[in-house]
Amino acid sequence: MTDLLAIGTRKGLWLARSDDDRRTWTVDGPHLLAQEVAAVSIDTRGTAPRVLAGIQYGHWGPTVMWSDDLGSTWNESDHGAIRFPEDTGAALARVWQLRPDTADRSGVVWAGCEPHSLWRSTDGGVSFELVRGLHDHPHRPTWQPGGGGGAVHTVLPDPASDRVTIAMSTGGVYVSEDGGEKWEPRNRGITVSYGPDPLPEYGQCVHKVAVDAGDRDRLYAQNHFGVFRSDDAGTSWTSIAGGLPVDFGFPIVASPTTPGTAWVVPLVADMQRVPPDGRLRVHRTRDAGATWTELGEGLPDDAWVAVMRDAFCADAGDPTGIYVGTRDGCVYASNDEGDSFTLVADHLPDVLTVKAATLP
Amino acid sequence: MTVQVLLPGVLAALAGGEKHVHVDPAGDTLADLLDALAAEHPTLTRRIRDETGQVRRFVNVYVDGDDVRFAGGLEAKVRDGAEVQVLPSVAGG
Repeated sequence: MTDLLAIGTRKGLWLARSDDDRRTWTVDGPHLLAQEVAAVSIDTRGTAPRVLAGIQYGHWGPTVMWSDDLGSTWNESDHGAIRFPEDTGAALARVWQLRPDTADRSGVVWAGCEPHSLWRSTDGGVSFELVRGLHDHPHRPTWQPGGGGGAVHTVLPDPASDRVTIAMSTGGVYVSEDGGEKWEPRNRGITVSYGPDPLPEYGQCVHKVAVDAGDRDRLYAQNHFGVFRSDDAGTSWTSIAGGLPVDFGFPIVASPTTPGTAWVVPLVADMQRVPPDGRLRVHRTRDAGATWTELGEGLPDDAWVAVMRDAFCADAGDPTGIYVGTRDGCVYASNDEGDSFTLVADHLPDVLTVKAATLP
Repeated sequence: MTVQVLLPGVLAALAGGEKHVHVDPAGDTLADLLDALAAEHPTLTRRIRDETGQVRRFVNVYVDGDDVRFAGGLEAKVRDGAEVQVLPSVAGG
């Protein structure tokens, strides 16, 4: 059995493989050298694993590319997989998220993009269609760009229904219960520190959202200050940051198999995006945020680096593996749910995204 | 009319390896030229302009040596026999 870890960076993509239950890794790359890879996914639903990459050519613009041979060759649509329709007057700036749907929704891939937009593919990511229901939402003109740009950065299709949950910086959490036609903001209880109203209906800078393994209505959110949990599919949120040293950060990851388990990587503050005391640490909860445990075996001290919102992920292994990529080009892997980490790669460009999969 | 498009090496692969591409636009503007180029080489043209038709921010286009940003943009006139050069701007990192 082979585990594959895709590492998207500011200047290319690396693919790491492990054949010994994620203890040691062989790193292959760079692929797509000199291209920013801000989104990546490994789609294992087909006959061959497909690596999808949302890339930015720098001078030459953004697009989606795919490889069906683990990076040996890459393809792209002649006319671009993601193109804003002419009537929108918009142009794609960056692909922030590529999310294959469940196995029974063959070929369906979701993309979250900048400017704020959600896209759906039914052909495995070769071409995408703009989700008009979100694009036409009356709130959209008021969603503002965060420091990284205004984007849909999180897409969470529900395996058991037509619900789709997204998160935006800024904009907050929006949910559709009908596959994308109608959308409503679900941010009650998530705070805002940069506006006069601390609890607006929408407009929050939610950095990442994850779904609990045991309850499709239980969500975790790392906010621009604040870590929150919802037990009612986002309708209301309560703070779960009490057991953390600080409440700022970008990613949040939930275990795909163990209810109540999630991880965050705290950073000091928005004006100080480094780990407290320069010690890179992951914090894990086993009780849905009631308590948190600091984990650091194998993670560095004197690491004055941030972890981006998509540079932290879990795999579907047993026990769960988690993976952390840093802005100084290091990637750490844990095959024991965060109890210990090993270095997968270092001296890469800034890590923007990591995604793991077990190859069939 | 026929126009010669001069490509940087990094884009030549998208035109079959050719750094010099001959295009026969239907009209006499840069927009017409890019439309004709897109019909032959859609992926190449996506590198030069976005889906709204605008030349990308860090791409420079010169018509007979004149930067189109100061010569009418997409409405810049392109004469029969013109040389249109595409170059990456000073950017990157």
